[in-house]
Formats: sequence, structure tokens, C-alpha cells
Amino acid sequence: MKRVLLFLPVAIVGVLFGFFYWGLNPDRDPNAIPSVLISQPAPEFDLPPVDGTKTPGLSVNDIKAAGEPVLVNVFASWCVPCRAEHVVLTRLVEQDGVRLMGINYKDKAPDAAAWLQELGNPYERIGSDYSGRVGIEWGLSGVPETFVIDTSGTVVFRYVGPIVDTGAVDEIKTALDQARAQVTGGV
Amino acid sequence: MRRRLLLAAIAVVITAQASLAVQPDEILDDPVLEQRARELSKELRCVVCQNEPIDSSNAGVARDLRILVRERLVAGDTDAEVLDYIVARYGDYVLFRPPFKPATYALWIGPFVIMALGGIGVAVMLARRPRKIDAGAVALTAEEEAKLDAMLRNRDEGTQG
Repeated sequence: MKRVLLFLPVAIVGVLFGFFYWGLNPDRDPNAIPSVLISQPAPEFDLPPVDGTKTPGLSVNDIKAAGEPVLVNVFASWCVPCRAEHVVLTRLVEQDGVRLMGINYKDKAPDAAAWLQELGNPYERIGSDYSGRVGIEWGLSGVPETFVIDTSGTVVFRYVGPIVDTGAVDEIKTALDQARAQVTGGV
Repeated sequence: MRRRLLLAAIAVVITAQASLAVQPDEILDDPVLEQRARELSKELRCVVCQNEPIDSSNAGVARDLRILVRERLVAGDTDAEVLDYIVARYGDYVLFRPPFKPATYALWIGPFVIMALGGIGVAVMLARRPRKIDAGAVALTAEEEAKLDAMLRNRDEGTQG
């Protein structure tokens, strides 16, 4: 018994070491807020289109009716990182055939329309969330945020911040692939 | 009169600071509901500036949530219903006082377990410590006393000689 007790300090140091190893991992973001939406149905909402664009508005039913996984991107013309990820989103749509729908968050319609005019519009639908109320339904903490919704209307992935580096793009693609595989596997 | 003015000025400054983030257009007409809204807002974490309650945060989302809390209260929600509404969208993370459930057992019980372990450790240590020696129980016998006397006398004579 005494011999076992002698190893107690070593065991404590081992536990502490494991904890520090976990805590100091540079990939761990201590500010990341776990999303409650994952594996939950996408929130109910119905947003009007952005005035001045020909893109139709967005409701939860449009997402469900897509027939394949949808990328829902929350953006605003006043959001600088959104500008940075815009080109990445456009590439995803044009090269990978991703279905992209947008929520225009707390943005004035003329500003949003001008922004899309300038940078191009990769979104097949855009809902205007001027009050930010739908953003709260999505548990939004800021823009940009991007969600992957599978065909059953379930949120399967959430990315907070701009999708600019290859790691982020890979995460999105993996999530989309998994959502697609789920469909073919189910049928 | 002057004193009264000074007090009034101080009161204005203090109350203004207390509600710096809550803007006039958010405040409800009903003081009871407003007070409940303030109390609830202090329980809710701002998701942008994470160590600040929405009550004192100037972030846009915090303002939206404050307005939402007030809307729910006006609609007749209880305090618990308001908190549930926000938690359903943002998770337990927005509560400054996390609920007691399996995922948070370690958080709530952990400190007490560690304290109990420490207490047990101290108790074991105290129990094992050698007891105070009772001088009477280990007193020398008459024979030993005589031997000791003889030895001491021998030594004294040796140093003198």
C-alpha cells in the first residue's frame, strides 16, 4: 500500500501534464462557443429579398426544398471579413457546384445591392435580415458565419468567421461531402 | 441646498453609469418588468465579448438580446421561460450560472471532491503522526537510576582527574 502511495505524486503530475497539453494545444480556441444548432433542425424563418437585387428571398422551406446539402452564409456589406471570403464562396459555387444561400445581416438594401453588384453574386437566394432577429434564431454571434444544412433540413456544421484559409475550406467541403454521403447511404 | 444639488448630481452620475449600455429606447415603461429585464440581462453572457453580461455590453447582438428579453417579458413569459428561449438558441454557454446536469457534474461537484480528498489526506497524516510520549509511562526503574548515577559519577571523577 505504501509503495502505491509513493507513486501518487507521479500520477498527479501525469494528470496535470495531460491537462496542460490539452490547454496549450494551439488548435484549441478557448473562445469557441459550442453551437446548440448542430444536429438540430434549421430554425424556422422567412425573409424577404434584398431590394434592388433580382435574387429571391430565403425561407427555411427553400433550404429544405433544395434536394441536396446547402451552404447558408450570413454576410453583410459592412463586414470586411465577408469581403475576404466572398471570392472563396464564389469559387465553391462555380468550381464545386455548391448550393449557396445567403442571409444578409443588418444591412441596408442599397448597400447590400451595391456590394453584390461590385463583387458578383454567388447566392441563389438571399434573405434580408435587417432587424437581426433571424440571426438570433441561428444563434449568431457575428458575421460572417456559415452553416451546412443537409437535405432533411438539419444543421450539420457551423463555421464562425471568414472561410479564407485552406483548412476552413476543407472543413466545409468535408461537411458537405458527409451530408451528401448520408443522402446516398439513406436511399 | 447646495448639498442637495451635489447629491442629485452624484445620483445622476451613478445611475447613468449603471445603465451605460442600456439605451433609453430599450427601457420598458413598466418599472417592474424593466427591473426583471435588468436582472435577467445580468445572468446572460454576451456572445461577442464573452466575460460581459448583455446588460453592460455595447455589442450589437447584446442589444438585440436585451430587446428580445424585454419583448418576451412583455409577452408574459416567466423569467425561466425567457432564459430557456435564449438558451435554446445560444446554449448553456450564455448562462453565467451553468445548470446542474450530467455534463456539468464535474464542474459543480469537482471542487468538493478535491476538497474531500485533501481532507482525507490531512486526516490520514494526523492519524499517523507519532503520539506525544508520556514521560511517566517510560520512567526509569530504580535499578536503571542507580546505574545512571554510577555512570555520571564515574564521568565526573574522570574529568577531574
